[in-house]
Amino acid sequence: MKRIYMDHGATTPMREEVLEAMLPFLGEKYGNPSSLHFFGRESLKALDVAREKTASCLGCAPEEILFTSGGTEANNLAIIGVAKGSPPGKNHIITSAVEHHAVLDTVKFLGKSGYDITILPVDEYGMVSPQQVEDAITEQTILVSIMTANNEVGTIMPFEEIGGVCREKGVYFHTDAVQAIGHIHFNLQSQPIDFLSLSAHKFYGPKGVGVLYQRRKTKLEQICYGGGQERKLRPGTENMPGIVGLGKAIELAVANMPANREKLLRLRDQLIPGLLRIGDVRLNGHPEKRLPGNINVSVLFVEGESLLLHLDLKGIALSSGSACTAGSLDPSHVLLAMGLDHQTAQGSLRFTLGRDNTPEDIDYTLEAVRETAHNLRAMSPIYRK
Amino acid sequence: MYNEKVMEHFQNPRNVGEMVDPGGVGEVGNMRCGDIMKIFIKVEDNIIQDIKFLTFGCGAAIASSSALTEMVKGKTLDEALLITNKDVAEELGGLPAPKLHCSNLAADALHKAIEDFRAKQ
Ligand SMILES: Cc1ncc(COP(=O)(O)O)c(C=O)c1O
Ligand SMILES: [Zn+2]
Repeated sequence: MKRIYMDHGATTPMREEVLEAMLPFLGEKYGNPSSLHFFGRESLKALDVAREKTASCLGCAPEEILFTSGGTEANNLAIIGVAKGSPPGKNHIITSAVEHHAVLDTVKFLGKSGYDITILPVDEYGMVSPQQVEDAITEQTILVSIMTANNEVGTIMPFEEIGGVCREKGVYFHTDAVQAIGHIHFNLQSQPIDFLSLSAHKFYGPKGVGVLYQRRKTKLEQICYGGGQERKLRPGTENMPGIVGLGKAIELAVANMPANREKLLRLRDQLIPGLLRIGDVRLNGHPEKRLPGNINVSVLFVEGESLLLHLDLKGIALSSGSACTAGSLDPSHVLLAMGLDHQTAQGSLRFTLGRDNTPEDIDYTLEAVRETAHNLRAMSPIYRK
Repeated sequence: MYNEKVMEHFQNPRNVGEMVDPGGVGEVGNMRCGDIMKIFIKVEDNIIQDIKFLTFGCGAAIASSSALTEMVKGKTLDEALLITNKDVAEELGGLPAPKLHCSNLAADALHKAIEDFRAKQ
């Protein structure tokens, strides 16, 4: 059967060049980078190279890169680490209602642990405005965490303007850039960002490895205890194959960004009008300020999981914000925060395109969605036409 | 996630559609998760001669609607009233735990349709 992967927001296939770079570190290059001998030095060298590559892709210094086990850990370290390191009296943290749970639930945890938290609402596109952030900052605010781009609807936040507000007010700014790497250009030395999270498996790298960028001279406390690795902020023997893979993957992602962007935009501009032509389909998220490969729509009068199952049977891999796919009672917190009613959120479908998708894939997918929507609407009690 | 029997019902649902001149109609909705189910019955001599359904919902909701219609066709109203949501899930060979609430609609919708029929007599 033809198989089409359009779920690159969930994870991406690893690139061959990345696998090749990693293989020696799963084999003969097994040294612990903390060891003094040859084996250790060989690994330490590779660790340094990966750190330098990552820093150069982000426009920051190698010392500002902390390797972690992924986006989730980077977000936890930034938020809990800043909170733990905050001076007395500074106990207020601001975030948005559409963050990934790795941010939202971490902030809520701090809320239960005695910190003051503000969860900013978003507009119909899933956007937070710099003005909202400015209005929410108080004398007690220590940290603002707003994502660069949303994983569900692709909306790109005005993160630089928000960072500017934070800088002006003397508040740390963290941004979850997990979905943005390879799509948005960063030059951290000149951007008002103090902390930034990323995860290798979202840009054709391996799973289980990520980065927290920490601007020099910011105060971050460790949240995990052990050895002295990663300036003691992330103790534990380094995931060498993962880190080497991340270094290679980010290098490729940043080098290919312009070409990849152009390709994704072309596919997207084929997919979105095609979906809208099906009828009773609405685009979720910002019409322009969105990631090039993200298309989130609600197919009205039908439920997302049944759409996904039928499309999966036709070989198409997508995701949905439906409650039924999450195994929870409520549909996507992002779509609800944007003001969608439950039924519209239930019918959401997320296409996240990637470098291997083709115009033929889009044609096949459009036909499959059209047919599936037609069949499911025929059995829908809320669709009678 | 779903077993073969559930997927078979999901792909080839039985008794789908709206009924003209139904004897009774029952509709239930799970306001939170959003699944909605509508059951139409035709009754003669106290026996369910025909049954149809419309469902807005996930794989579990569609499969349990379909399975329920097969279970009750030809049954007396009293027999049909004894069927529970649990029976429907069992008929399907089980559903994943987080999905049980989705299948909780089928028998409820049928019971409402029977009530509706009786109220009209
Ligand atoms: C915006 C965002 N933040 C954080 C994460 C978590 O990253 P990881 O899977 O590397 O822990 C994801 C991935 O699903 C994400 O999309
Ligand atoms: Zn359901």
